Amino acid sequence: MQQICPLFKREFLGYFRAPVAYVFLIVFLVASTGLTFLVTHFYENNVASLDGYFFWHPWLFLFLVPAAGMRLWAEEKRTGTVELLFTLPVTTLEAVLGKFLAAWAFLTLAILMSFPLLLTLAYLGNADWGVVFTSYVGSVLMAGSFLGVCSLTSALTRNQVISFVLSVLGCFVLMLLGMNYVSGLASAYLPVGLVDLMANFSFMTHFEPFRKGVIELKDVMFFLSLTGFTLCLNVVALER
Amino acid sequence: MIEVKNLVKDYGSKRAVDGVSFVVRRGDILGFLGPNGAGKSTTMKMITGFLRPDGGTATVDGVDVTADPVAVKRKLGYLPESAPAYGEMTVGEFLGFIAEVRGFRTAEARRAQVDRALGLTQLDPVRHQTIETLSKGFKQRVGLAQALLHDPPALILDEPTDGLDPNQKNEVRALIRRMAAEKAVILSTHILEEVEAVCTRVIIITQGKVVVDETPAQFRARQPGARLDEIFRRLTCGDD
Repeated sequence: MQQICPLFKREFLGYFRAPVAYVFLIVFLVASTGLTFLVTHFYENNVASLDGYFFWHPWLFLFLVPAAGMRLWAEEKRTGTVELLFTLPVTTLEAVLGKFLAAWAFLTLAILMSFPLLLTLAYLGNADWGVVFTSYVGSVLMAGSFLGVCSLTSALTRNQVISFVLSVLGCFVLMLLGMNYVSGLASAYLPVGLVDLMANFSFMTHFEPFRKGVIELKDVMFFLSLTGFTLCLNVVALER
Repeated sequence: MIEVKNLVKDYGSKRAVDGVSFVVRRGDILGFLGPNGAGKSTTMKMITGFLRPDGGTATVDGVDVTADPVAVKRKLGYLPESAPAYGEMTVGEFLGFIAEVRGFRTAEARRAQVDRALGLTQLDPVRHQTIETLSKGFKQRVGLAQALLHDPPALILDEPTDGLDPNQKNEVRALIRRMAAEKAVILSTHILEEVEAVCTRVIIITQGKVVVDETPAQFRARQPGARLDEIFRRLTCGDD
């Protein structure tokens, strides 16, 4: 497992060796704060809360996490470096984990770079810091699950565009399942039990409690097990 | 050192490698010849553990590659065809990464290995240049440096002189000859003269089968006075 460290370092620094990291960070920060201020009216609401910021996270992740994750394996396959990587003394699991953790750390960095919002909030009012904290935890966990899906789809193809489209689709389905509109529509045709079960597989259902300041074991387990499951499939996809 | 017994690999219904067997001892430089698509690269990829054989075994220094692929990868240096590398890294960074994965954990040990590999392949002038900006010949030598870095007992080189100019070809051949005394080397090539210039043994494979396994002198003696490519053509076009 100590082999994960050099792989992690190379992958994480790799984002900064190309313009990818800077473009990604700027787009993420502009989009997330822009939506918070202009669409969910951060100032006008007169409430010292970051919920208007975290509300957008699943929607931003839907496009930005695939953008950061599509290259993970597709790029290695296209340039042939996958052959180099897997003739070095590393196991497939170590390689998958090293790359995944690096991308996850990068996404976490992007999320944490919203700290000026925190400063603004602290300056303007008396925020509930517990809620802010749980929202950050939920957001980072959810980013991991989005990334698990993207890492898997990236391992299925050598084409980054296909990888991007597949991961957006996969993540979108996992979001839709839990949205009120979809649940309402589905309950007209399907038994309630099935609709609830479907909703249980959704990012939205499990992110909601974090935004309200609640960390429940089942939500944490959902994100962690979804991430673990996609990474296992990822190993299988690479070894096939 | 490297022992291959009855290796078989199928791609769909096509048998790419069909019962290839040979032994390479320390001090041997084995020239691996054959028309394009004959199964040279596939055989090499199976020995390195990158592809899983559909039948037969390959052992390196007594270790079976399907039983313990990571141990085999530690003993091997491998230059894949067209020398893939992470283009956004500089030569020094890339070799430093390889050294770290190869188990050189302290900064001094890494630096010593990288300096040695750079010296052997005469890459010092481009140490701080990113790999994607290098010419084909330099990239090829970066691949070679990466394969030699940990001073492995066995080397597998897929077209090591591809893309080099005549002077560089001579240098690389001299380097391989110098190192070969205490190593087992397999190199594939299209250039028949190369076999005479460096190899101590020649294997020709065509349509996945070994048709020749002898010394270059014996190979030439098959048809005294004829050019090497004529002998090669007669052997490999026979069954068309």
